[in-house]
Amino acid sequence: MTETVLTHENPDEPNVFTQDMLGWEPWLPPMDEADLTERHWTALVQKGRSKMPYFMLLARDPDILEYRTRTDMDIFYNPDAGLPRADREMAAAATSRYNGCIYCASVHSRFATQHSKRKDEVQKLLDQGVSARIDPRWDAITDAAVALTSIPMTFGPDHIEALRDTGMDDQAIADAIYAISFFNWANRLMLSLGPTTPGEAK
Amino acid sequence: MTDVIDTLAGLPPESELRAARPTAREYAQKSYEALFVSVREGLMPVGERLAVTCFVAGLHGDTPAMEHYAGLLAESDAAGLSDAIAAAVAAGRTEGPYGAFPAGPLSAEDTPGMVFKADADALGARLAAAFEHAHMLVFHPRDAGRDAIVALTGAGWSATDIVTLSQMISFLSFQIRAGAGLRVLAAAS
Repeated sequence: MTETVLTHENPDEPNVFTQDMLGWEPWLPPMDEADLTERHWTALVQKGRSKMPYFMLLARDPDILEYRTRTDMDIFYNPDAGLPRADREMAAAATSRYNGCIYCASVHSRFATQHSKRKDEVQKLLDQGVSARIDPRWDAITDAAVALTSIPMTFGPDHIEALRDTGMDDQAIADAIYAISFFNWANRLMLSLGPTTPGEAK
Repeated sequence: MTDVIDTLAGLPPESELRAARPTAREYAQKSYEALFVSVREGLMPVGERLAVTCFVAGLHGDTPAMEHYAGLLAESDAAGLSDAIAAAVAAGRTEGPYGAFPAGPLSAEDTPGMVFKADADALGARLAAAFEHAHMLVFHPRDAGRDAIVALTGAGWSATDIVTLSQMISFLSFQIRAGAGLRVLAAAS
């Protein structure tokens, strides 16, 4: 039997990069909460994610969902040394802007703003794209995101030097590499498994 | 088991560069093992996984990743596909990311590029559909829409196998970059 592909009327699909809350719908049927086993609940990591269609779709393969989530959380939430959270979020936002994931860019630009209190500068990245020039630190992070996200990859010693010139040590640079690399994972899932939809009415 | 990102980056075991993020290190490796080593019964077959993966690694042009996954392919039941995969890589190589945005102000940034057609005679219809999807996700993920999912289901892909396929291609996009990025950092340290 051929699998059912879901349909979404989406006349107001978001078509600009924004820090507003957006929605997301799956193209394939998520799991039903009633069908979740212990393994699935563990894989969701946070119980509330059983209300989110993205995670309930990914729960169809629970092992990779859990390991993806725990990788993600350490890269972004581990406060031990390295790159400040705002800069990790900026790396995620720049990667999402460059790959073209409007949904991921909205979430992580909001986090970048929350942690940096620099909403206008974050918006500049969204409005102007990865050629936006903001300050040496964020420009070096954006340039690194472009170089490591492009194929062929062009990330090289000059990018390391530019990051180091803004006061980043090896751990901070490793964090930037992880954050950029991880969003090459996240962007592809979000972009391919369902459309972005307008956020809830405010 | 040897940590694969260490292998791709050419890092010694327990390198300082990865010491402060032990959980990311552990679960990136567990992701790899869940996708390629200890695959659950009933999910996407390992031979198919390795065929798509060698194609994805080849499209990235990253030699350590290509060598690592070619080694796994050679020991799998998909070893006979290596010539067909090499031909697909040669035909599919291009530069990314490109693609179109939802119509509107961002349309000015739309960038055209290759829409890859796989050789279904060499790969079979099911794997050919997966290669076409993989090429889109690697180079122009913002073009992926409902039609791309319909193409997979039409070639016999189940919803669960599409989830696994998507996770695998996306994971590789992470793993290859983490390896390449850390390799550059280690060389500059």
